[in-house]
Formats: sequence, structure tokens, C-alpha cells
Amino acid sequence: MSAHSPIDQIEQPASFAFDEESEAEIATILAKYPAERKASGTLPLLYVAQKQMGRLTGSAWVPRVAMDEIARRLEVAPIRVYEVATFYLMFNTKPIGRYHLQVCTTTSCWLRGSDDVVAACKKATGIGAFGQSSADGLFTLTEVECLGACSNAPILQVDDDFYEDLDGPRTVELIEALRRGERPTPGPTIDRMGSAPAGGRKTLTDSPADQG
Amino acid sequence: MVKVTVDGIQVEVPNGSSALQACEAAGKEIPRFCFHERLSVAGNCRMCLVQVVRAPKPVASCGFPVAEGMEILTDTEIVRKARRAVMEFLLINHPLDCPICDQGGECDLQDQAFGYGADHSRYREAKRAVTDKYLGPLVKTVMTRCIQCTRCVRFATEIAGVPELGAVSRGENMEITNYVEKALTSELSGNLIDICPVGALTSKPYAFTARPWELKKTDSIDVFDAVGTNTSLQVRGSAVLRIVPRVNDEVNEEWLADKGRFAMDGLKHRRLDRPWVRVHGKLQPVSWQDAFVAIGRRLDGVPGERIGAIAGDLCDAESMLALKDLMTALGSSNIDCRQDGAQYDVSRREFYTFGSGIAGIEDADALLIVGSVPRQEAPVLNARIRKRFIAGGRGGFPIGMIGAPNADPTYRAEILGDGPAVLAELRQGGHPFADVLKAAKRPMIIVGHGALVREDARAILAACWALATEVGAVGPEWNGFNVLHTAASRVAGLDLGLLPGPGGRSVAGMMSGGVDVLWLLGADEFHTAQIGAQTFVIYQGHHGDAAAARADVILPGASFAEKSGTYVNTEGRVQRSFRAVMPPGDAREDWRILRAFSEVVGKTLPYDTLEALRDRLAAANPVFRVIGGRDVSGISDLAGPAGDPGAVSPAPFQPVIDDYYQTNPICRASPTMGECSRIYVHPQTVAAE
Repeated sequence: MSAHSPIDQIEQPASFAFDEESEAEIATILAKYPAERKASGTLPLLYVAQKQMGRLTGSAWVPRVAMDEIARRLEVAPIRVYEVATFYLMFNTKPIGRYHLQVCTTTSCWLRGSDDVVAACKKATGIGAFGQSSADGLFTLTEVECLGACSNAPILQVDDDFYEDLDGPRTVELIEALRRGERPTPGPTIDRMGSAPAGGRKTLTDSPADQG
Repeated sequence: MVKVTVDGIQVEVPNGSSALQACEAAGKEIPRFCFHERLSVAGNCRMCLVQVVRAPKPVASCGFPVAEGMEILTDTEIVRKARRAVMEFLLINHPLDCPICDQGGECDLQDQAFGYGADHSRYREAKRAVTDKYLGPLVKTVMTRCIQCTRCVRFATEIAGVPELGAVSRGENMEITNYVEKALTSELSGNLIDICPVGALTSKPYAFTARPWELKKTDSIDVFDAVGTNTSLQVRGSAVLRIVPRVNDEVNEEWLADKGRFAMDGLKHRRLDRPWVRVHGKLQPVSWQDAFVAIGRRLDGVPGERIGAIAGDLCDAESMLALKDLMTALGSSNIDCRQDGAQYDVSRREFYTFGSGIAGIEDADALLIVGSVPRQEAPVLNARIRKRFIAGGRGGFPIGMIGAPNADPTYRAEILGDGPAVLAELRQGGHPFADVLKAAKRPMIIVGHGALVREDARAILAACWALATEVGAVGPEWNGFNVLHTAASRVAGLDLGLLPGPGGRSVAGMMSGGVDVLWLLGADEFHTAQIGAQTFVIYQGHHGDAAAARADVILPGASFAEKSGTYVNTEGRVQRSFRAVMPPGDAREDWRILRAFSEVVGKTLPYDTLEALRDRLAAANPVFRVIGGRDVSGISDLAGPAGDPGAVSPAPFQPVIDDYYQTNPICRASPTMGECSRIYVHPQTVAAE
């Protein structure tokens, strides 16, 4: 299996330029690093580029020309940016759908029913396997490792938002809402605040004031 | 120094050494893949694990610094087990294709698996396969064999200065790649083949040609530039199958430029293997005797001053001396070894050699390059400049260049201007780079042939010397005045005085009927159309190139691989190569041809053996007595070369090499070099096809 070699088989845009909004972000980012260490800006700039692509084209990915542009800005060899962009899975080096569905299937989520979430994602979007996009181009389904929200397992990350405590039906609901162009409030999808115990408090249930 | 014990053996190693170096000092061989003496430490193959007493687990010795009193154990059960485990992991994804792998027989993985590998694999899952990458016409890739030591990435980034290779993705999916399909743009790319410990990067032209144990190895010297890279010619039967570098820290470390490595397939094409004589306008094959008689007849009655000789860029010192002796015997002082028309002052050797030495670059602390593109003229020497630049850190080794290079120099060089006028500005002071040179303790100046092939070459040379004395680049302690040559034969030619004698004619003077008989010893790098129509041309050489086509008599000579020869590199270092194969057909060693001919015209040269000729060489110039070594010394006599430093013209410097891959007859006959030229130098024609 060769994850990144077909770079030349992916249709790449001919050019890339940061827009005004991105430029403002870049100025803030680069101000954090000494001029001779601006290569440190690689990761944040990749985010900026990916977000801009999402904003302008509806597909949040980093094309090669964008990596070249980042390399030019940071005065590093382009390959150094390619290395970083391909190392981190949150950067998409090929086009994705409007909504990036990232299902955690690591132990906690798996034990709490991530299989159902995956099945629901596939059913609701028509996607056949991880890494693929739906026919309407709206969704891309990715399997990710632990997202660090085990207490709210199983979880589905849509772009930057966590939807927690999912099961099959609620996943379908969420996807339908996304399809309608809505963005449901991120967080637990059950009656629960953050990662507080489901179904109300389990400790400190008696207040000292009650005891009189 | 730090005292360390390795397996009970006490050794002393410099501070900051690694445990691996300590082990080597104690004579213990440590297996390794990713570690390489001349590259940065990566520490990612884990093969060099050793046990350090009181350390909780085995440590990777390549990246583990020694400490006073440290005890290292290299041969315990723990170490053996650890290395076996590492090897097992390495072999998990390594294909078992040794029988069809070109690295077989000289493969680090194969050799070390012999010591640490298991007799069978416990791995039952699917092996990973990786798409092969395109790195150009010289380096073949079989990426499934890659063990991701990243030596190639580090070589490309650190030594070659072309950061085009990298490791993309991660874990199981990690791949060494250039990411975009593009030939590696380095003149040192062939070294990737040597540096790869497995068969992932191998030689494309040499693919499936021979096994290392079939090859007979002969020490030689690279003649494709003036660096004098030490090489090994590897031969099977009558063919030179490949050329690899030998280690010589004074000259080439362990690198070899691509031309020196890959141009040898030109030795099998367009060879002159029998004498020819032009009869009624057409070249006819003849015997040696007939060819000599034809020349003898033509020479009959021609006065010495109407005879001329030009020595080419690939000639060995022996044949050049024989040519000179022949010309002297014929009464001619029309002799020249400077086909490119360069001008030198040969009154002192400092004026035409690379004074600081190639290794001396590492001692310098500022550099001015005048009319030279070292990357193309001497890629291995350029790697040394880059090494110094990297070691200097940010701004630690300022480099100035006069004359815009036609290739990225691979280090940050400030372009001070395009012509010699800048030299005057530097000498007047006030120029910021003049202050840089003055502030430096050991500044060096490299004068290239972009500056020396001009009308005002003598003035430029004098100006450079004057600048050198003013900024302290030459002195009793340090000689930082360097002339960078491009022809392997040039310094020997100058040492032996292959220059027009009193009243003699230079190359330009011999053109357009300046002489009646012209003897070309492997000289092809000038416009043969300028030779007068009535001039009788004798071409002695090994390839049917430009000059052979113009010749009236062709005498087939031997290439560098087919004769034992002495070469003097740009530093003035005298080095000797040995004969690896016999010349093809009727071709003979060049000095023998000249010696045999001298007898035909009754001017017998006084040497019958190579030894006698070498004695004559040492008598002609004592520098030929010392082979391999080189005196490093300062200069006490600061008087400069002849020339008026002010008489420079404002014309910009022009690069002397426009196609690195096509600079001599062997390259032009080489299919590999032809392809390189098409891909690297003329990419637009490739795209148009």
C-alpha cells in the first residue's frame, strides 16, 4: 500500500495564493517566530491553507501548489513541507467532501459502539469504505485514532467539531442535518453536560446545606 | 579526551565522540545502516545497539555521546539479542529478491543479516510494497527494498545541497521520495548509489551488468575535471563496467562526480582503433608503419617553426612530455596545452594552482569566487565548499561571487557583480565584502576559467593576487590564492611547460594556417574549423570526435583507462593511475606512439620504458618526484603575477561550462551522458518530443 505516491495522479490546481483573510492570520502566526526560525510556521500555515481551500472551494485540502507557496514563504525546500503535510493525518493531500467525517475506532469508542457509528455513516452517505467520498461530494469518511474524548465515546469529528455519545440513529440524524446545511451544536448528543456523568450527578449528591 | 572502556579495552577518544566511534577506536566493528561518517546522525535504524554498563536498556551507539569512565559492552547476549530483533524487524518488509538485486554481494543488509539474521521468518502477514520513484537517468530505484535509513535524504540535503528527497507519510506508509516526478538535479547524484546500504538505489546504466566479485579493480584518477578524484575502475574482461570513488580525505573524501562515474560507457563508442590516412580527401585505414611514413613524408623539409602541437584536456603527463620532447627534437617551439586560450603566469606555481588545497577549504573563513561556477567545473570541490559553509553555521562562512553562476551554487553566495570591475571596488575598500575578507583570518579567493580565458586574464589574475595580498589571503602562514582548473591535464601541462617557447605560437597562432603541420594530442575542445585549410593535421587520440574528422592522419591512442598515467590536479597534487584494460584494436599508449614515431623521423626520444619516461618527468620538473602528497605551505614572496591590475575590461564573466555532461570526447560518445544532457540541460526538447 502506498498512501502518497500518486501525487501526480491527483488533479492539482494550477496555482494557489493566500487570500486577505489568510494573509492576516499568517501575519499573526509569523510574528510568533524569530525571522530565521520561521520554518516553525509550517504547521500553522498548512492549517491556514487548508482552511482557505475549504472556505473558497468547499473542499478543505492542501494542494501541492499551496505547499510550494508555504515553502517559498518560509524559505525551506518544498520537500520539507511535503514531509510535514503527509506526516500529519489532519492535513488532506487530496480533495475531500464538504464535510469531513472522522470516526474514532480506537478501543474506548470501539467498545462503546463505534462500529454502529461507522455503519450509520456509510448508510447515510452511501460511502463504501474509509477514505472515500460520497457520490454527491458532500462527505468524506475517515477512520481516525483516539481523539482524546474517550469519556464521551463513541465520537464522530465533523471538520473541527466533536459530536459525542453517538449511536447509529443519532449519527444518521446528524448527517441528515448536515446535508440540510445545518450545523447542530457540537458536544454530547445525549442528555449530558460535557463529560459529566450521563443521567445526572453520581457523587456529591447531598449538599452540606441539606444536612442542616 | 575521554577515557572509555570497550569490552575491557581502554581507549581514549575526543570529547563529544559517540559510543560507536569509541567502539571503532577499540577495534570493535559495530553494525549500522543509517549511520554514515560524513552525514548527520539520524539514529533511526537501531542496528548499532550496544550495552552501556548501568544504562537500563541497550543504546544506539551512533548517537550516544561518550562520558568519562563509561563502560561499553558490544558482545553480550543482550546486545546480540537486540540486534537480532532489529534485524528481524528490518527484514519484515524487505523483499527476498537478493538474486535479482544489483546490490547483491556488496549489500550491508545482506552482510549483516549473515551475522544477525534468523534462518527463517516468523512473519506471516502481508509484506508492504512501495511504488518505485523516478530520480533521473542515473539512479534506479526499487523502493520496496528501502529500509528507510534516510542516508539518501541526508546526503541530498547536506552534501549535495539539493534538498529534493524526503520521507513522506509515516509509520507503515513512510516512503522515501521526491514527491514530485522529477530527476534529481545534482552533479553528485551517483553517490546516492554508494551511500544506500541496500539495493533501493542502484546504478541505472549498470543495472544487471555484473556482480562485484566478478570485477577486477584498478586504481585510477578521474580525468573529467581537474579535482583528481581517486577512483577505482572495475573491469570484467575488456570492458570497464563501472567506476566508483576511492576514499581520499585530502581530495574527494568519498565522493565522485556524475561525469566521472557514468561517462565510461563512452569508452565503448566511437573509438579510434586503427590508424587512418586521408587519401584523395577520404580517410583510409592503414598500418602503423604507413601512417608514420605518411607523416614523415609530409614533415620532410618543413621547418620547425611551421610545425605545431596542441595537447588536450584528458592527457596524461607522460604523453604530454613525450609530445613536447618530440616537438623540441623537430625544432618547434609551437606547443600549447591551453585549448581554451586561458592565460596564466607560470613563473611560480602559486599563480596557477589551488593554493589552499581542497582540504584547506575547511580551514578558510571567507571565500571570494571570481569567474567560476565550481558546481559545474568541479562538483566534488563544490561539495567541500558547501561542507565548510554548513559547518560555519549562519553567516559563519561568507561567500562572495563575481560573475553570475548559471546554476544554484548549493550555498548562499552573495553576487557582488558580474565583471572584473568589482575587483577594483574591493581593493579600494569601502565595499562591504572587502571588510568581510579583511576581517577574516584565512580568506580565500578562487579564480576560475571564466576569468582566465579572457583577453584581460593577466590583469584579472594580477588584480586577484593584489587583492589577496591586501586582505591577507596570502602570507607565510596561509595560501588562500586558488586557481580552479577545469581540465585534468592542465596543471601537468603547465608544470611541464607545454606553452609556446620563445617566438612560438599559441593555439590561436596555430590556427588559420599559422603552421603547416599540426599535431593534436587528444585536443578536441576548440573550433577545428579555424585550422587553416592547407594545414596537415595529425590527430592522436582515442575518440572520433571533432578533431579526428578534420585530421589527415589519425593515430589511435589510449584513453585514461587503457594506460598508466600521471595526472596533476588543480591543487598541484601529482597522482598516478594504472591501466585497467588494453586499448582497443591497434590503439597504443600515447607515449609509445610518440616514441615510435620519433624513431621514424630519426629523432629517437631517449626513453624506451615507462620508468625511463618517468625519470625524465621527474627531471623535467621535480614536482613529479612526489606522488600523492602535496606540500601545504604559506607564501613568503608576495610579488604578484605579471599584469596590470587596472587594465581590466568591464565585460561580464561568462561561465566556461554550458553543458556539464558534454565537455570532452568521452562524454560526447557516452549514451548515458547524452541522456543526462537531454534531461538536465535541454529539458525543453524532451518536453517537445
